[in-house]
Amino acid sequence: MARIVIDPVTRIEGHLRIEAEVKDGLLSDAWVSGTMFRGIELILKDRDPRDAWYFAQRICSVCTIVHALASVRAVENALGIAIPENAQLIRNLMAAMQYVHDHVMHFYHLHALDWVDVTSALNADPKKTSQLQESISDWSKSSPRYFGEVKDKLKVFVESGQLGIFSNAYWGHPAYKLPPEANLLAVAHYLEALDWQKGVARLIAILGGRHPIPNFLVGGMATSINPDSDQAINADRLAFMKNLIQDAEDFAKKVYFPDLLAIASFYPDWTTWGEGLGNFLVYGDFPLDGSPESFYFPSGVIWNKKIDNVQPFDQRKVTEYATRSWYAYAAGDKKAKHPWEGETAPRYTGPKPPYEHLDVDGKYSWIKAPRYEDKPVEVGPLARALVAYGKGHKRISELLDDSLKKLGAGKEALFSTLGRTLARGVETVVLAEGMWTWFNKLAENIGRGDYTTVNREKWEPKTWPAEAQGFGLVEAPRGALGHWVKIKDGKIQHYQAVVPTTWNASPRDAKNGMGACEAALVGTPIHDPEKPLEVLRTIHSFDPCTACAVHLFDSQRKEIIRVKVQ
Amino acid sequence: MNANDVDRDLPLALNARGVTRRDFMQFCGLMAAVLGLPPMFTSRIAKAIESWGPFGLGRRPSVLWLNLQGCTGCTESFTRADHPSVSQVVLESISLDYHETLMAAAGKQAETAQATVMKENWGKYILIVEGSVPTAEGGIYCTIGGKSGVDVIREMAEGAAFVLVVGSCAYFGGLPSARPSPTSAKGVDQIVKGKPIVNIPGCPPIGDVIMATIVHFLLFGKPPSLDSERRPLFAYGKFVHDQCERRAHYEAGEMAVEFGDEDYRKGYCLWALGCKGPVTRNACPVIRWNMGTAWCVGSGHPCVGCTERDFWDKLTPIYTTSG
Repeated sequence: MARIVIDPVTRIEGHLRIEAEVKDGLLSDAWVSGTMFRGIELILKDRDPRDAWYFAQRICSVCTIVHALASVRAVENALGIAIPENAQLIRNLMAAMQYVHDHVMHFYHLHALDWVDVTSALNADPKKTSQLQESISDWSKSSPRYFGEVKDKLKVFVESGQLGIFSNAYWGHPAYKLPPEANLLAVAHYLEALDWQKGVARLIAILGGRHPIPNFLVGGMATSINPDSDQAINADRLAFMKNLIQDAEDFAKKVYFPDLLAIASFYPDWTTWGEGLGNFLVYGDFPLDGSPESFYFPSGVIWNKKIDNVQPFDQRKVTEYATRSWYAYAAGDKKAKHPWEGETAPRYTGPKPPYEHLDVDGKYSWIKAPRYEDKPVEVGPLARALVAYGKGHKRISELLDDSLKKLGAGKEALFSTLGRTLARGVETVVLAEGMWTWFNKLAENIGRGDYTTVNREKWEPKTWPAEAQGFGLVEAPRGALGHWVKIKDGKIQHYQAVVPTTWNASPRDAKNGMGACEAALVGTPIHDPEKPLEVLRTIHSFDPCTACAVHLFDSQRKEIIRVKVQ
Repeated sequence: MNANDVDRDLPLALNARGVTRRDFMQFCGLMAAVLGLPPMFTSRIAKAIESWGPFGLGRRPSVLWLNLQGCTGCTESFTRADHPSVSQVVLESISLDYHETLMAAAGKQAETAQATVMKENWGKYILIVEGSVPTAEGGIYCTIGGKSGVDVIREMAEGAAFVLVVGSCAYFGGLPSARPSPTSAKGVDQIVKGKPIVNIPGCPPIGDVIMATIVHFLLFGKPPSLDSERRPLFAYGKFVHDQCERRAHYEAGEMAVEFGDEDYRKGYCLWALGCKGPVTRNACPVIRWNMGTAWCVGSGHPCVGCTERDFWDKLTPIYTTSG
């Protein structure tokens, strides 16, 4: 039995390590470990709750909208603050553009190199790439000359002998199946997407001041609306936003989604591998009026792949284990805890660095193990697509059915590595379209003279109760995200975040139940344990974000326990 | 024409990459503007680029980007840089030989690539660091490839020509070092000694400022002029308040006192809402963010002071006025 170690796992956010065992050419067991810890919740203790979003936002800046959003929602929930409609529309627009931006960058810059052999593109005939482009969409950059130029640029780069970020990868691995022409297409769009993304991010900057790390505000948005000012959202800025939404929609529909389907069609095996748990959780998001009933992405829970039996979601059923994580609970780590009662102390019991292997029979990660109804679940685009499908979301169902038809696959194919990747593309299209609804409504409100973006009634701490607790739930690009807060005498007493990658990259729990990534890896065929490209395909299909996943710290503890390193 | 000819002759090289002389001169003009140099420097910049700076003919300078206790916000900001764009710089100006978020290789192959490139470019590469260095408990709070972050940064810094410290975490420890600093997070200059260090603070810094600092190295082979905190003067030489487009309102005593009220919507000064512009050095009002589109105060939120040392503890609560 061979032990594979991948550390660092690259093309993700943060620090992730995978250890796995290979038996008879198949992955027989896997352990996913987060190897970085900061303790942001402890830092949040005793701070002003109105500042919390700014601190929590730094949990991760790839997910640069969602932690701020979860935080302001948690504080607003605790204090009973309803936000104005314009603020809701602005938040939806920023979050939706973040999805489109983030998913496109994930596909090209983090995930694509698992499927695309960059060096093979040098053998492409630009004419054939042009024909391929014309056959999959009406994107205007499609001429043989254009692809010839990209090929020349790549040639100069490769022949310089300095491959930079493309050095020493698995090029030439037999698991790469794309013809040279498709590889050239993907390389061209890798570069186009890198330029496109900085353009569309401007929508978020217009509304939030900058991207990454735009501004939020408890009670609404710190976004000034005034058609008579050059210092505010006016007709000029609305026109600018309109163009940016169009750019986002065009790229999602004419480049990203057609590329995804074209590439997927060369990898039919990957609609059968990487299934995972079969359990899915969605909090739901993109409200129109603040209520869960108005969610554009509906909430729900699916057990054992039963799409037609979506169960209602209840935040009280969320708990976290630390049995196999480097934390201790006062009453022993065999029992899970709800985030409002979350009680954790870091207690590192791993090997002293530098080390070769983790003690995978004991504790092995800074990531805790969240469970819903005491069971592991998967969160993220696939969970959202399945819940929406089960609940009859028209547009998502239509896109899923159409894509499966094009790939010649049945619904079962969704429970796979490529199923996750496909679901991510589907929701990108749906949100790019959805932005128009929110934009048009915002413009209509401004036209009627409604410039309100803030509810100031409970801005001053003297208007707050002595004690309050609340939660803020968000569907982040990577999945279900929740922040839980307790406020006492105007200050944060307790803060906990349970984030998408904590769910997906979770280690084992007290019953030895695997997390979603671990479960998805088991059973995958590995061609060469020295070059485990297959592991990266499945791990990247979850788009892990480990700065997010590891952040936990008991905010009620006064001191850090000194940990004796082995 | 073979690759060697291309590398030795800039007009040939640019031509092969589809860049016209006009594009090139435009770029040099933009860089002069970002660096705060008068237009006459455009031709000097062009000359400097044409001689490929101090790194010798034929090779793009090697850049290694290390991410420790960070949130990848600095990388995100860097990829929003407008001129030159990241795709240009990575393919044409530098060789980005290590960056965990972007590199194709993983695990053993990534470590091998890193070791090889460090050996080949020993003493010459630029090391960029994002994120703080956790020092508690022997470095267990951040490990890469089984090694502690402290060991990794010391090893990588040893062979570096310059260390470029990107973001507030790497500058002074940042958010992880905020009270009570659970992991004893430190800034790079507390760990790395005896190397030229340039600090580019900000949470995150403006992408174009990171880029302009790199371009300064490429052009002139040395760091830009720095203040006492080792921050480039071209971006951190002035207070936000002194460059703010709302400054006239401040002088006239026109202050917004509540978010969303009429004075707020008129674009009045945000000082009374907690703006830290008067004590924060950064070029946000001038360079702005996202291709010059916006910046915090411009869109309606007070400056939080994210470039200043220990701002997490010293300049908070956010919505409280500073002296």
